[in-house]
Formats: sequence, structure tokens, C-alpha cells
Amino acid sequence: MNFEYAAAPESRSVVKIDPVYGHFINGKWVSGSAHFNTINPATEEVLSSIALGSAADVDTAVKAARNAFDKSWSKLSGRERGKYLFRIARIMQERAREFAVLETLDNGKPIRESRDVDVPLSAAHFFYHAGWADKLEYAGVDTTTAPHGVVGQIIPWNFPLLMLAWKVAPALATGNTVVLKPAETTSLTALLFAQVCQQAGLPDGVVNIVTGDGSTGSAIVNHPGIDKIAFTGSTEVGKLIARAVAPTNKSLTLELGGKGANIVFGDAAIDETVEGIVNGIFFNQGHVCCAGSRLILQESVADEVLEKLKRRMDKIRVGDPLDKNTDLGAINSAEQLAKIRELTAAGEAEGAGRWSANCALPTNGFWFAPTIFTGVTQAHRIAREEIFGPVLSVLTFRTPAEAIEKANNTPFGLSAGIWSEKGSNILWATQQLRAGVIWANTFNKFDPASPFGGYKESGWGREGGRHGLSAYLKGSAK
Amino acid sequence: MSGRLEVMKTFKLYINGAFPRTESGRSYEITSNKGEFLANACLASRKDLRDAVVAARAAQPGWAKATAFNRGQIMYRIAEMLEGRSDQFAQEISLQTGASAKESLKEVSDSVDLLVWYAGWSDKLPSLAGSTNPVSGPFYNFTVPEALGVVGAIAPIDKPLLGFVAAIAPILVSGNTAVALASSTAPLSAISFAEVVATSDLPNGVLNILSGQQSELAPWFASHMDIDGLDISGLQVDQHGAIKEAGVENLKRISTFTKLSEPGRILAFMEAKTIWHPIGN
Amino acid sequence: MSFYGLVDGSDTSLRNYLKQLPGVDQVGAEARAAMLATRSIKTTSKAWAIDTAISMVDLTTLEGADTPGKVQALCSKAFRPDPTDLTVPRVGAVCVYNDMVGIARQHLDSIGAHELPVAAVSTAFPSGRASMAVKLQDTEDAIVAGAAEIDMVIDRGAFLSGRLIEVFEEIVAIREVCGDRAHLKVILETGELVTLDNVRKASYLAMLAGADFIKTSTGKVAPAATAPVVLVMLEAVRDFYDLTKVRIGVKPAGGIRTTKDAIKQLVLVNETAGPEWLNPSLFRIGASALLNDLLMQRMKISDGYYASPNYVTID
Repeated sequence: MNFEYAAAPESRSVVKIDPVYGHFINGKWVSGSAHFNTINPATEEVLSSIALGSAADVDTAVKAARNAFDKSWSKLSGRERGKYLFRIARIMQERAREFAVLETLDNGKPIRESRDVDVPLSAAHFFYHAGWADKLEYAGVDTTTAPHGVVGQIIPWNFPLLMLAWKVAPALATGNTVVLKPAETTSLTALLFAQVCQQAGLPDGVVNIVTGDGSTGSAIVNHPGIDKIAFTGSTEVGKLIARAVAPTNKSLTLELGGKGANIVFGDAAIDETVEGIVNGIFFNQGHVCCAGSRLILQESVADEVLEKLKRRMDKIRVGDPLDKNTDLGAINSAEQLAKIRELTAAGEAEGAGRWSANCALPTNGFWFAPTIFTGVTQAHRIAREEIFGPVLSVLTFRTPAEAIEKANNTPFGLSAGIWSEKGSNILWATQQLRAGVIWANTFNKFDPASPFGGYKESGWGREGGRHGLSAYLKGSAK
Repeated sequence: MSGRLEVMKTFKLYINGAFPRTESGRSYEITSNKGEFLANACLASRKDLRDAVVAARAAQPGWAKATAFNRGQIMYRIAEMLEGRSDQFAQEISLQTGASAKESLKEVSDSVDLLVWYAGWSDKLPSLAGSTNPVSGPFYNFTVPEALGVVGAIAPIDKPLLGFVAAIAPILVSGNTAVALASSTAPLSAISFAEVVATSDLPNGVLNILSGQQSELAPWFASHMDIDGLDISGLQVDQHGAIKEAGVENLKRISTFTKLSEPGRILAFMEAKTIWHPIGN
Repeated sequence: MSFYGLVDGSDTSLRNYLKQLPGVDQVGAEARAAMLATRSIKTTSKAWAIDTAISMVDLTTLEGADTPGKVQALCSKAFRPDPTDLTVPRVGAVCVYNDMVGIARQHLDSIGAHELPVAAVSTAFPSGRASMAVKLQDTEDAIVAGAAEIDMVIDRGAFLSGRLIEVFEEIVAIREVCGDRAHLKVILETGELVTLDNVRKASYLAMLAGADFIKTSTGKVAPAATAPVVLVMLEAVRDFYDLTKVRIGVKPAGGIRTTKDAIKQLVLVNETAGPEWLNPSLFRIGASALLNDLLMQRMKISDGYYASPNYVTID
């Protein structure tokens, strides 16, 4: 007797998408000169036409932001600034369903995730940072309370609205004004956010949204009127930005790639561990910088865990992201799908054992079945390079020290996971692991109060919590 | 003056607790601010830097694992040893810079006090810079500041002792190990400081001191993939851009400071690590 | 008795076996259960789920004030839940106190419900605080009176004070009384065991000792059949099948009042133990008020508008 879940699609009617969008500069909509299409990666349907921001558009935005900083935003007390942010948080909660559906359409992630993770966390970020606005003298160990001025922010496509919240909320709370460029393939929720700014009565020019591609981002990075850059994206592009910024006085924070080690000890709570492994690499289609993309399994329990993992993976529901029962959605773009395919082909060529969940993939759109590679060693490309897709590389270890060694043997240092029921073991492992975020007996948990960021080539600085806030204050100690 | 000939000191490098000469065999003249010959200092090469980084890396895990109390005590002992050699250091400063005896003694006492100040931060800073974070769920979430690893320092040209101490003390106190380049024109104070360090229970390799030219060595500091952080306060401002660019390859954490005593100098070379654990039974 | 070749019946063997079971992380288990509760079951799958749930209900009355009249009415309802709609399946069983078994069996036979089993709670239900002689007699009486299913309680006092072998031996003894005359459900009373680690241990203990079904609760103690508890029990029967190739059933009882609750249980079964368990021989729901809610939801699906309690019988 098979329990087939009937289709349970969330309705699209809650959201209205315009056929063409401009930029949001100085509180108004400004037409773009050139445009490009944005599509729904699950169906390849064109959703809208997005403006390609030129250097002139960026300049206009920076001037608007500077003007807003000088004339209005820096004149407000922290308390008043905070109240704007509280308004924004509440309006986001009011329009939560609209945001969730739009995010799923534009990004390809399951509605369950946009609804239960992305949107609530985004609103929570604004709420959290609203409360800091009038308490900045407590934000650092020896901190100034002065903002940088105009901040340029460039965000990725994997959590479009959430990454916007992570950037805009602390920037505004500390008194900066913003020029933000959403990712090329996922601009729609940022443009909806502009509406929220208007509804909240945010003074013109405090938040400016300029859409576009790499060239637009470059214009922001290089604009002399910008005091600080915040970037989340690949390590490759992060380094380009860092080099461009080096000769200037601009402040820079980076949140880059990762190849997170998820370490499973033999004494782990097995069923919850399997859930944690699945969550670690298949949440958000694996498009997560802090994904647990390397499973480092104690050899003594490897067979048992892999058996359970495969059985669990066969239950992952891949399909229409708007269906409330979908667990794994579409890959965000043809480009990303090609990258995933290239690296998984490399994995096979290098001799790792490939196993994919048995699921039917839709014919339209960009899809990849949840996949694991066993018999992976540190020397494989799939153990070293970030795949950014639903692909897990499985390595084994014999002793705790070996696990730590393998986990740390990477130029990245963003996240790590540890699964063990022994408290002293957990605390020992957390001390050894060189990663900015460590999940012990859990994974992929985020909170506005919890600082997030990486060691080594995973970036500079933290976002969230008191530590993240201080990056937006001038000359501040962490 | 009894007419007795003084035994002149040979100023060598300090690497891994030993006093080697530069492998390059090169030296350069250190003169007083009036141009009188004082000593031949080692003109350190990139290979000396390479060796120093190897020593610093090897020493780092052990130094970071020492308790904060232990590190603080060792740094306090460094202050004790320096205090005991006040006259030696004051003399050396006067010879190099032409400062009066009074000014030089003040520089030494300021350096001692600065060491004591930084030593006192070792077991306190985590309480301020760390946090428990009230996340929305049944999880214990805490952030701890952790030492970065191996940190380089280009010490300032002037204030040959105080500038040097201000550069290295905040690096060491949290558990980093350091490779420091002494002032190019007045390196003797930093090199003599190695004598203080060598009698202070500071483990070998935790602090390594080179003398040489900023122009030659700073780019090698910046490009070295096994140096995690770099204090370029002592480097001319027009050099900063190029050095920061060279440091991007391994995302070196590069900072420059103006104040001598601020906890920000310690925090600039630390990482924040955030840990989650479920609460249940 | 072979105990599946996994333990030898001694205290040491049992302790060692239970000790090596993996722990359960409470927060993780709760998160998994919560995620499965977000499954959206609509239209055809909802209709199927409702009928399946009805067929799994152990329609229960366990009151001190039970009378023959009450029990007979329950039995009629169990066999024909909706007198106006004969497409509604019959429930899984009726569940009564053991001195009501005879009345139930007689009535069921008189209305032609020969296939509908009577389950009896026995072994000094619900507390289990009585002598072994009383518990054995309790069980024997129920079977003689016509019970085809015995729902026994474990000795929670013995479990919590670490006298695991006593708990084990009691189950073995009751199993022997049942023989092939009745199937045995072992009630763990998870609300008193409290931790999920205990739920896992008790599940294995019961299965090793010969349970045909493991059951969450007596329904007299809250919390009863919470989702994380049922999740852990479903994991246990799934893993036990891997070890022994024998499928043990699971019965949540207590606190399952609405169709939504019941469907969440079915989703748990589907995505944990698997679809093989989605039938009344391996999954039952101990409930009373639930049946009417299932019927009202069934009506909404077939009629297209919301139902009223006036259109379902109270018994």
C-alpha cells in the first residue's frame, strides 16, 4: 500500500511580478537602460526583465546614498533609526507569504524552505538589529559609534532575501546608507524589499537597489564614494574584490566559500546524525557556503551509516519547488548545473564511487539528483573544491585526531559539524576545528544573534551578533 | 674610562629560540642618528623569513593551548626581564636615536608598562569579546575568540623599543606566534629584546625577530601563504596598498594601528568561532 | 525461547544489548518529527489516508463506569461507523477492559462482525502494580472471554530502577499465556519513561521479549503518543526488521484526536518504517473521539462542505 502524496502546490496568485523592473534609487523607481531576463529555474519560464545597472546608475545611487547619509540618516538618533528597522521587520512578516512564493519562483528553492527558513530569518534579522541602533556604545570591546558612511553590498543568489537582510540590517542599524546589488539570477525579492522600504517610510536614499551583473558589482567596488564594501560570494571573486580594494581606504568584509567537514563519530545518535548529514548537504540544494559537503565518517560505523543514509536519501522528494511537500528544488541556473556536472564527472574519473537517489527529475528546468561519492580521499577534486550542489563526498577516519586533521586540511574554514554523544569529545573537537561556525549534534542552524563567518579563505569578518555589527562601525575593534 | 677595550655585541637574528646569523651572510651598518658606526646588523633574507615562519608555525598550537593564565605570566616575566635591563635598553635607544637619557628611560619604562598591560588582557579579553548568543531554539550557542595563527609584524622605524613592543605584545598574548621585522634603521633594541625573551620562558618559535630592510622583506611577508595575519603599522602608508594586494592570495588579515594600547590590536589577530549544541536529554 | 538469537535471556546479555543501542538526540528527533508534520496531504491522498486511519483505529472505552450498554454501543459503532454510509471501512479493533471482553465479543458476533477483533487491556492496566499471579490470570481471563489481542503494560517502576530483566521476564511470561490464541501489544507508557533514549531501550526490550506490537501509552498519562516518541518507536521496528526480518507493529494511543493528528502519524510511518507498515496488521491508533473527526473530514471530502457533529453518531 503506497502512500502517494497528491500535489500540494502553493498558489502563485499571492505575488504580483511586473514585466519590467528598474532600479530603486533615492526612494523612487528609476528606469534602466539595458535589461536582461530572469527565469524560474524549475521551469525556465521568463519571470521578468531586470535592469542592467551601468556605472552611471551606480554613481547616481552612491550620490543618493551619500546625500541621505549627510542630510537625513546621520542626523537621526539611534532610537529613531531603530524604529525604521522595526517597521521593516514587521512589514516583512506581514508580507511573508508573498516573499516566500517570490523567492521560490526566482531561486528554485522549495517553498517549505522559503516559508519556514528564509523569510522568517530575514525578518528576524531586521528585528534583532533594530534593537542595536541605540546601543552602539556597547557593540565592541573598544568601539567607536561612528558609521562608515556609504556602504556597497553585493549579495549571492543562494539566499537572496536572507543575504539582503544580513547586509542591510546591520548597515542601517549602525547609521550607514546602502547601495546594494542583488545577484543576477535572483533580483526579485530585493526589488520587493524596496517596496517594504517605501511602506516603512524609510527616508529616500538610505537604501538603494541597483540590479545588474558582474560589471555592476565592479562599478560598486571601484566607486570612490563608497566607504565600505561587504561581499558574499565565491572565494575567487572575493579575492578579486580584495585586490581592487587594497590600494584604497575602503573597509572590506567578505563571506566566501567553504568545504565544510561533517564529522561522525561511532558513538553518535545515528538516526539524528543521518538527518543532520542530509540537512547538511541537501538543504537548499547544497547551494550553501557552509554546507557539510565532506562527510568524515568513523570507519568503524561507515557501512551502517552509509546504508541508513542511502535509505534516507531515497525518501527525498525532488520536484516542483512550489509544492509544499518538495524537499529538494531546482538548481539555480544552467551555469551552476554545468559546474556541478563537471565536478561530479571529475569525481567519477578520479575513481570515487558514485551513488544517486532514485528519483524522477522533471524534463524542464535545472535539476540534479542527490548524490554521494564514497571512497573519497583528500587528494580528490571533489574533496577540495566547492561543488555548491547536492553532492556529498564521503571520507573515513580511524582516530579523533585523524578526523580533525582531515577536517582542517583545506584552505577554507567556514563551518564544521561534529556528531558524538560524548560531551568531552564534542568540546575537544570544537577546540581543534579551524572553522568559524561549528555545529555539534546539529547542522545548518542560523540566528541573527549568532556570529557567522569563516577562517582562512572563507572570508574576513563575521555577520550577525555583536561581532558582525562592529564591522559596520568605523575603526572599530572586533 | 680605564682604557679597557669593550667586547662589542654581535647582533644576530632570533629564530626558534636560537640566535643564528642570516643565512645570506649579509649585513648592513647601523649608525647613530649622528652617523657614528654602532654595529653591523644582519640583513635578513626571505629564507630567514621562511625559516622563522616554519618555527612560528610549529610553535603555534602549543602556545595557543597554554592557558591564558600561563601566557599572561610569561608575558609578565618578559616585562620583568626588560625592567631588569632598563639601563642597557635606554643606552641603546639613546645611541640609535640621539634621545636624552631621560627620554630613553621613559621609552623603556613605557615599554615595560605596555607589556604588563597586554599581559593582563590574556585571561580577560575572551570574557569581553566572546559571548553566549540567545538563539531562538533549544540550543546553547556561544562565540569564543581564538588565536589566528602565525602573524607577521613590520615594526615602526621610530621608537625602536616601544614601537616594537606595541607590535608584538598584542599578537602574542592571545596565542598567536609572531615573526617580527625590527625597525630598519634602529633594529638594535628589537634584537636585544630577544635576550629578554630568551630568559622569559617563552617557548622557542613563539617570537622570532628579524633585522633587515622593509622594502626587501615586506613583500615576502605579504605573499607568504603560511602567514595568517600582518601588522603593517610600521610600513610607510604609500606601501600599504601593494602589500595588502599581495596578501589577498591567502586572505591574510592585514591591519594597521595608530594607538599603542588598545584591545583592538589583540582582536585584529583573532578569529571568532561560534558553536551550537542542542539542549535536551 | 530463542529471542531472535540476539539475547540469551540472562540479565547480563539483556543489559549489554540495550547498552550498545545508539542514543537519541532529543532536539534532532523533535526537529525531524516537526518537519514531517509539515507534509501537506490533500485530495486523493487525504481521502486514502482517512480511510486507512479509520481502518487502523482501535476504538476504545476504558472507564471505570463502563457498562454492557456502553460497550455494545461502541461495538456497533466500530463495525458500522456511519450508518448512512456503508463505504466507510470498519475500525481495526475494539479495546475494552477485560471484564467487558465477553460482552463485546458476543455483541460483535451478533451483528455479524466476526472479523472484528476484541483487544483487552490486561496485566492490572493501567498501573501494572499487582502480583505476577494476578497479571497472568488477568490475561488468561481475557483470552478465554474472546480477546484476540492483549494490550499489556510493562512494569515502569522496574524499568526506571534498572531491573530490566524483570520487565523482560514479565513480557515473556505473558507472551507464553497468549501463545497463538492472541497477539500481544506491549504498552511502554512512554510518558513515564520520559526520555527518548528510554523509549528506544524499552522498545527493543519489548520486541526481544516477544511483543507483536509496541504501544506508546495507556492513555491515562500525559504526554502520550507525541510525534518524537512515535518516530523513535518506528525507527526501532524498522531497525529490528533489518536485524531479524520480522516486522513488529506500532500503536500510538492517547492524544490523537483529530484527522490532522492521525494523518501526521501516517506520514511518520510512511517516511520512517515505510509503506509496508501502513495497514492495520502493523499500525493501529488507540483512540475514541478521533473516529468522529475522521468521519466528518471524510464527509467534507465527499460532500465538498464542512460537516457538523450532528451528522455523526456519538456511539
